[in-house]
Amino acid sequence: MTQIIPTIRWKDLGTPARVSEREVTLEIDGMSVTVAEGSSVLRAAAEAGISIPKLCATDSLEAFGSCRLCVVEIEGRKGYPASCTTPVLEGMVVNTQSNKLADLRRGVMELYISDHPLDCLTCSANGNCELQDMAGVVGLREVRYGYDGENHLKAEKDTSNPYFTFDPAKCIVCSRCVRACEETQGTFALTIDGRGFASMVSASQNESFMDSECVSCGACVQACPTATLMEKSVIEKGQAEHAVVTTCAYCGVGCSFRAEMKGNEVVRMVPNKDGHANHGHSCVKGRFAFGYATHKDRITKPMIRHSIRDAWQEVSWEQAIGHAASEFKRIQAQHGRDSVGGITSSRCTNEETYLVQKLVRAAFGNNNVDTCARVCHSPTGYGLKATLGESSGTQTFDSVMKADVIVVIGANPTDGHPVFASSMKRRLRQGAKLIVVDPRSIDLVRSAHVQADHHLKLRPGTNVAVVNAMAHTIVTEGLANDAFVAERCDIKAFAKWKAFIAEARNSPETLEAITGVPAAEMRAAARLYATGGNAAIYYGLGVTEHSQGSTMVIGIANLAMLTGNIGREGVGVNPLRGQNNVQGACDMGSFPHELPGYRHVSDAATRELFGKTWGVTIDSEPGLRIPNMLDAALDGSFRGIYIQGEDIAQSDPDTQHVTAALEAMECVVVQDLFLNETAKFAHVFLPGSSFLEKSGTFTNAERRISPVRKVMPALGGKEDWEVTVMLSEALGYPMAYKHPSEIMDEIARLTPTFKGVSFDKLDRLGSIQWPCNDEAPEGTSTMHVGEFVRGKGLFVITEYVPTAERTSRKYPLILTTGRILSQYNVGAQTRRTENSLWHSEDRVEIHPSDAELRGIKDGDWAGIRSRAGETVLRALITERVQPGVVYTTFHFPESGANVITTDNSDWATNCPEFKVTAVQVEPVTQPSEWQKRFHDFSNQQLGLLEHREPAKA
Amino acid sequence: MEIERLVKMANDIANFFEAEPDHAEGVKSVAAHITRFWDPRMRSAIIAHLAAGGEGLSALARAAVAALVPPARRAA
Ligand code: SF4
Ligand code: SF4
Ligand code: SF4
Ligand code: FES
Repeated sequence: MTQIIPTIRWKDLGTPARVSEREVTLEIDGMSVTVAEGSSVLRAAAEAGISIPKLCATDSLEAFGSCRLCVVEIEGRKGYPASCTTPVLEGMVVNTQSNKLADLRRGVMELYISDHPLDCLTCSANGNCELQDMAGVVGLREVRYGYDGENHLKAEKDTSNPYFTFDPAKCIVCSRCVRACEETQGTFALTIDGRGFASMVSASQNESFMDSECVSCGACVQACPTATLMEKSVIEKGQAEHAVVTTCAYCGVGCSFRAEMKGNEVVRMVPNKDGHANHGHSCVKGRFAFGYATHKDRITKPMIRHSIRDAWQEVSWEQAIGHAASEFKRIQAQHGRDSVGGITSSRCTNEETYLVQKLVRAAFGNNNVDTCARVCHSPTGYGLKATLGESSGTQTFDSVMKADVIVVIGANPTDGHPVFASSMKRRLRQGAKLIVVDPRSIDLVRSAHVQADHHLKLRPGTNVAVVNAMAHTIVTEGLANDAFVAERCDIKAFAKWKAFIAEARNSPETLEAITGVPAAEMRAAARLYATGGNAAIYYGLGVTEHSQGSTMVIGIANLAMLTGNIGREGVGVNPLRGQNNVQGACDMGSFPHELPGYRHVSDAATRELFGKTWGVTIDSEPGLRIPNMLDAALDGSFRGIYIQGEDIAQSDPDTQHVTAALEAMECVVVQDLFLNETAKFAHVFLPGSSFLEKSGTFTNAERRISPVRKVMPALGGKEDWEVTVMLSEALGYPMAYKHPSEIMDEIARLTPTFKGVSFDKLDRLGSIQWPCNDEAPEGTSTMHVGEFVRGKGLFVITEYVPTAERTSRKYPLILTTGRILSQYNVGAQTRRTENSLWHSEDRVEIHPSDAELRGIKDGDWAGIRSRAGETVLRALITERVQPGVVYTTFHFPESGANVITTDNSDWATNCPEFKVTAVQVEPVTQPSEWQKRFHDFSNQQLGLLEHREPAKA
Repeated sequence: MEIERLVKMANDIANFFEAEPDHAEGVKSVAAHITRFWDPRMRSAIIAHLAAGGEGLSALARAAVAALVPPARRAA
């Protein structure tokens, strides 16, 4: 089912498509051609199959008209206009070939080639170079200017970026890279310096790429027609011979890529122009950071050990699985059916996740299954289901291009969801208004050609107060969309809510003291949201990871309903999911209270449906959530766990509590690529497979199901789903799947929103947004059109309840956490790539005034102490954070950011409150006690791995 | 299960429904939330805790726990 495609180059139609109701008919080379109004002559010709030579034009960028290779003759016009910058007109008569045109084009090429090295045979772009192609097309046979005039052939290469080189000797100054950086990526890192012959491409102020603003998205490399900007992997390995379309395994944007291959080796990952989520764009992670898949740290043989103080022993798959199964059976026999459970991963495919929850429900016979979404977006599921009726975002990513007002709450899209951020920035440059609600000055607040209209710089932990103040303003100033509410929402609940929200205690003036946001600013933002046209809310973990995470999600849904900003393009409520398959993991029944499709286990009809298909009786009681499992482990009622692709010892709050719980368990089975932090506490290690080694599907933040296709054999010999099947069989519950497509078929049979999904249809359509059923056989792009999934939209009262985590004399600062572009989550993958050149350690950001008060200088070691624990990081002094707030990322385990986070959690879902911890920061000279212990333990575990006993042959 | 944790969780849930103007409705909602999301051993433990005096439970949480149906199955 893997679709192998030859690496033919993309069809390049020269200039971007135009959308227009009106069509224009013209004549090109005697052929009648009809295209959308506004198209260029170059594109019209290409659409009709006539290729006009071109160099500086490409269909992902607006035309620039500099190379003059695309000249044509147009009847009734003087001269030879460039076809890429000439729009079509009704009745135009165009001629693309004549002796004169051929002469002109040869002349252009001659000039280019006279300043270009003639090392085609040894050039990395050989066989994939537009300059070479054009020389062939125009029939260049001689270069009269000779090569000894002034030229750029000796210009020095810039190899500072770890993934691509810049070789100015080969540059034809077509400015495609500059335009790509502006239009596609929105970073504006490149410029053309100088004029005429002296002109040269350079990264911001003549810096090297690495020192410039460049974020290494690769858009310029993709746009470059020559070998000037070239992937180092291609320079090293040569051009690929086949390609497979697959989906990025990093973030929730879910970009589509072409994995360009040489046999079983990835030469490069190229963003797919036909990709529905990314339209040919990518970020540094998906584009370049795939080297972890073949990193030497990968563990490819199953291992077991009796205690975590023992050395590992390599064993066969059968032995490892047999051992795990007998341990689980023994524990259940001794301590009851509910004493074991499993954790599914947002980094695994839908099919794999589905199987793990099936194993727990059918083979373990309980509902003790949870997923890492617990610690990120579980409040989204709860809040959106309660108000709108479906646990998912309401829009497509493309919908942002129709938004007039964009509200970003507790999310940092340029770092967390870079490709989506690029479209958002494009829309902002077109004039959409921006409201940022964040304690920190994220990049979006002010960046190249983007400036937030309102930045509500709230105190961490006061989200609900902000959303209430906004709703209060809208209601009391009469800005609500009453007609929408009357038609679409539950009126009784609305009346109750309205009475609550209109109370003076919810006014911006009263709440100012709590939120720290000036009332006037708050009112202005609320007015803009309510009256500025299409308004869309995008939110992230800064909303969910709070003790009132679910309340805040509800508050956001209330706002959207109140103003009628839901149910069409350009508006909506959009959770930005962290990991690639958070949406999918939730959809697939990874929560202990829900079967796939968000149906509660207490619902007898759903239980019967699954029970019949699976041939078992499904428990009607909800199971344990991850934090509950850990608590239960410490009191002895939970003793065995099967963890697929998760690292709770690093990603979950209160690390010391997590590791104590893991140590208390009798059988910890970890399936992963690497010996991650959790695996250091494991008894059985099962080698996992990377996204390059398996087939399945991921579902991104816009509900888009995209295919993941196997491009190389699994290093450990098994795809993750095969391992789960083996374990289930050993537990006495055989599963008969021969391919992941059969798992998807079962999901489709049992889950109404997936009814129409199949691998065949995915091959045909490229991707599908659920719900996909008889009414919407090709999927659904916008949700809640005409009617909410739950029928009437439900307003729910959102009382602001301050978190129990308060600052005090002892802990006067608030610590909040986040992430950065180059690293991904716990960093297990990205830390094993050159991405670490951008971020090699986590640092604690602190405001200059707080730093001064404490005598901390930039780069000093700073001890961060909370009620839960203490760790030490280097300080980064910056005004990005407000006084009283410190900030850090958590990509490196030794940083121990979660040693300090507390066990406070969301009231509804137990999603941990990562975003608010009261701390003290002090200058120190050595690592914390925890870090020393971590270091010792970690080294000991790595020793036990290194001295593993090889399997007996 | 560490009872302080369960008490805190029950109080957090009660805090959210505190805003519900109709008290009976509030009690029902808290109890329903606990029933939908807590595994049987957690529910048994909080019920037992209330029977032993219910220290630390807020008034609304207390009323809700009193309204819980004891789980049919005793988890180990
Ligand atoms: S680097 Fe490539 S894309 Fe940029 S101007 Fe030179 S040839 Fe054109
Ligand atoms: S890699 Fe991306 S950010 Fe860097 S210069 Fe190229 S387009 Fe700009
Ligand atoms: S990490 Fe996200 S934005 Fe970057 S390429 Fe992958 S899916 Fe796209
Ligand atoms: S392609 Fe039209 S001017 Fe370069």
